[in-house]
Amino acid sequence: MDSSQFFGISSIAYIIAMVTYITYLVFKSSTVGVIATTITVIGFGSQTIAFFMRWKEFLDIGQMGIMRAVPLTNLYESLIFFVWCIILVYLIIEFKYKNRSFGAFVTPIAGMALAFIDISGMSKDIHPLIPALQSNWLLAHVTLSFIAYATFAIAFATGIMYLAVTTDNKKSGAYIFWTVTSGIFMTILIAMGIDFLAFKIIAKSPEAFIKSYMFKATFRSSSGMVVLLSYIGSAAFLFFVWRYGYLLKKLIESFSISKELLDDLTYKNIAIGFPVFTLGGLIFGAIWADQAWGRYWSWDPKETWSLITWFVYAFYLHARFLRGWRGHKITIVAVIGFIATLFTYLGVNLLLSGLHAYGGA
Amino acid sequence: MSAKKENQGIVDKIWNFFSSITLAVVIFALISVTSIVGTIIEQQAEPERNIKLLSKFVGESFAPNAYRILDVLGFTSMYDSWWFLSLLFIFSANIVICSIDRLPKIMKVVKEPIKPLSSEILNTMPIKKETLLKKKGEEAEKEVVSALKKIGFKPIIRQENPAGGLQICAEKGKYSRLGVYVTHFSILLILLGAVVGIFFGFNAYLPLLEGTSSAVAYQREGKKEIPLGFEVRCDDFNTSFYENTDTPKAFVSWLTVIENGKEILKKEINVNTPLRHKGITFYQSNYGFSPSKDSLFKFDVTSSFGQKQSVAVKFGESFVFPATNIAAKVIDFSPALGQDQSGKLYTYAEMMNNPAVLLEFSEDGKPKYNQWILTRYPQTWRVPDGIIEFKDLWGAQYTGLQVRKDPGVWLVYLGSLIMSIGLYAALFMSHSRVWLNLSGDKAGTKIAIAASVNKNKAAFEQKIEKLLGGLHG
Repeated sequence: MDSSQFFGISSIAYIIAMVTYITYLVFKSSTVGVIATTITVIGFGSQTIAFFMRWKEFLDIGQMGIMRAVPLTNLYESLIFFVWCIILVYLIIEFKYKNRSFGAFVTPIAGMALAFIDISGMSKDIHPLIPALQSNWLLAHVTLSFIAYATFAIAFATGIMYLAVTTDNKKSGAYIFWTVTSGIFMTILIAMGIDFLAFKIIAKSPEAFIKSYMFKATFRSSSGMVVLLSYIGSAAFLFFVWRYGYLLKKLIESFSISKELLDDLTYKNIAIGFPVFTLGGLIFGAIWADQAWGRYWSWDPKETWSLITWFVYAFYLHARFLRGWRGHKITIVAVIGFIATLFTYLGVNLLLSGLHAYGGA
Repeated sequence: MSAKKENQGIVDKIWNFFSSITLAVVIFALISVTSIVGTIIEQQAEPERNIKLLSKFVGESFAPNAYRILDVLGFTSMYDSWWFLSLLFIFSANIVICSIDRLPKIMKVVKEPIKPLSSEILNTMPIKKETLLKKKGEEAEKEVVSALKKIGFKPIIRQENPAGGLQICAEKGKYSRLGVYVTHFSILLILLGAVVGIFFGFNAYLPLLEGTSSAVAYQREGKKEIPLGFEVRCDDFNTSFYENTDTPKAFVSWLTVIENGKEILKKEINVNTPLRHKGITFYQSNYGFSPSKDSLFKFDVTSSFGQKQSVAVKFGESFVFPATNIAAKVIDFSPALGQDQSGKLYTYAEMMNNPAVLLEFSEDGKPKYNQWILTRYPQTWRVPDGIIEFKDLWGAQYTGLQVRKDPGVWLVYLGSLIMSIGLYAALFMSHSRVWLNLSGDKAGTKIAIAASVNKNKAAFEQKIEKLLGGLHG
């Protein structure tokens, strides 16, 4: 068996786990809960095996030494690793807090990332390392960045849950914020899914696919009618999420997840993610840039967006400690932080150009 | 800070303005929002590129005007524009002043050792627990002290209560309160390092053709010459590829440093391993191909009798197989020769991906045959009269070196290190204090615990539980 088969097993396991966790949430049967955890652990184990197998395969192809063969050099590999980190952080939380209900909210993020891989049609091939990436800093910089991204993603999930649990009034800003944010997330994913279905046949190379076809079947279609329908459709979808979002509150409440726990988890993930991001993302990145490009900081879009992300989370910590912000205000900052994170990670590669361009292929 | 709003002098007002978190937030927001614009508008690019980009947003007719407006505002080269640098300056001033503003208060807390407190004050502490110990007197005290040590509280203060009984108190991690200021200080250090780099360093470029040397580098804008203080020579440049692909594996330059006519340092550099000499660093940045009639074709020639020889000739010149009268002349060259499906040869790249030469062979001046020798395909090296390996076209490629001097970089590294320490202290460590009142009882010793912590309360409560657990035995 090769790494792709183990990746396949883990993808299927996570998707089954997602369904099982949701079943657990609805029926509250502890047997179902144990099954969900078991499936997640199997998926995680399988992905861990796959990760190291791919590392080995990469080592054999690249002949660059073990430190430089870490399979984290393109968008596909980084997304896979991102999923791995999320599941790892989740399993730690499940173990520490003895609470399985989060599984139903975290596994969908993993599922969405895996779905994104398939519907965007990105390349899954192993490519040998280009000279710029041949550095021992690759391992430290990329792994730590992704661990930070994963903690931010979990903080986002718990943040959205917090907002869902604590908002009643459909006209309140916080309610509108969380429903619209989650709605836009889903809309983008659905739109990319439509792109995939529409263009799969004519896409010549998978690398070019995301960049050149993004939203071409919907918002950027050549037909004005399709564009109009897309906007009307997404507006209707957002309205739907806004109208029925309160149901999520009932679901979470039925599971005795307190808002204090959610707030605490959001904070803890950011408190761990922020220094990891500072060290691995910004500092190690700067040292590497200094060695490879002769500049520790060159205001390249990726660097600039990391700085913006860093500012948002720095603001989160200052507002919390200095101003004692709690509740909706501080949680909204955490959610915005992850939007900035996503843009740093994906948006920069898909929409902008710059020195970090290899992350997009 | 906002204690005395009235009778504020102008200095106080400015001070308060600069020390406020509101300013920090406004600056965070301004730097972020302008930076976002800076990541969309391509920096220091040809105007046409940005006009094309802008026409997608504002329409083609208005795009040139939009570009002019952005250009005047400095957005086309915004990270070194006066207003962006001012924002960074205000950001630094904000950090300095808010730290000075808060530091004395924090220093007082840090300097002042923990004191025994009255039970009225202890009753207001956020964490309160009680337990009963079977032991009495000194034995009980010993056990409490050892339990405290077990959870990390070491210097322990004890005091007999005037009303009878004993109070033991201890604290831990008080210096972690400085973590925030250490982090702020590290940001200043990094910015200072950047300023030192801008004023006392340079960023330049140096293209060097194989075999040539230079004692100066060139600034990217204005092409100003910057003397290096020594000479650097490119002995060779080579791109290697992954087997049978056009994916580059390494860009390598062989450099020699020459001072006063003497070669003092030789180094092979590639993208991630630069050459450093006298505070100046040479990075492999790019490369190019510009052959001339002086470029040398280098071959390893083996005759059919097994004699081997290395030769170098110019275009149009001939060499002979060792100890024979068979000669070969270079009559054509391609930097990247490939074959299409019909077997026709064509040049598929402008760089030296698969350099090839066409050799005309002759014996005693009479032409015999022609053959293409392709670097990448050993089967083409074999000719009827021996083996010819095409090693290199030397003196045809130039290496593009990024040349940098940055005396501030160590400040940036030091700042980064301090920042890591500061963040660790600020986020993962906390200042915790604990007071225990021990009072004798018939059954043993009653212990009342009061404790406080400046953050991560839940984790600290677990520690106190552990302390209680340690006291049960």
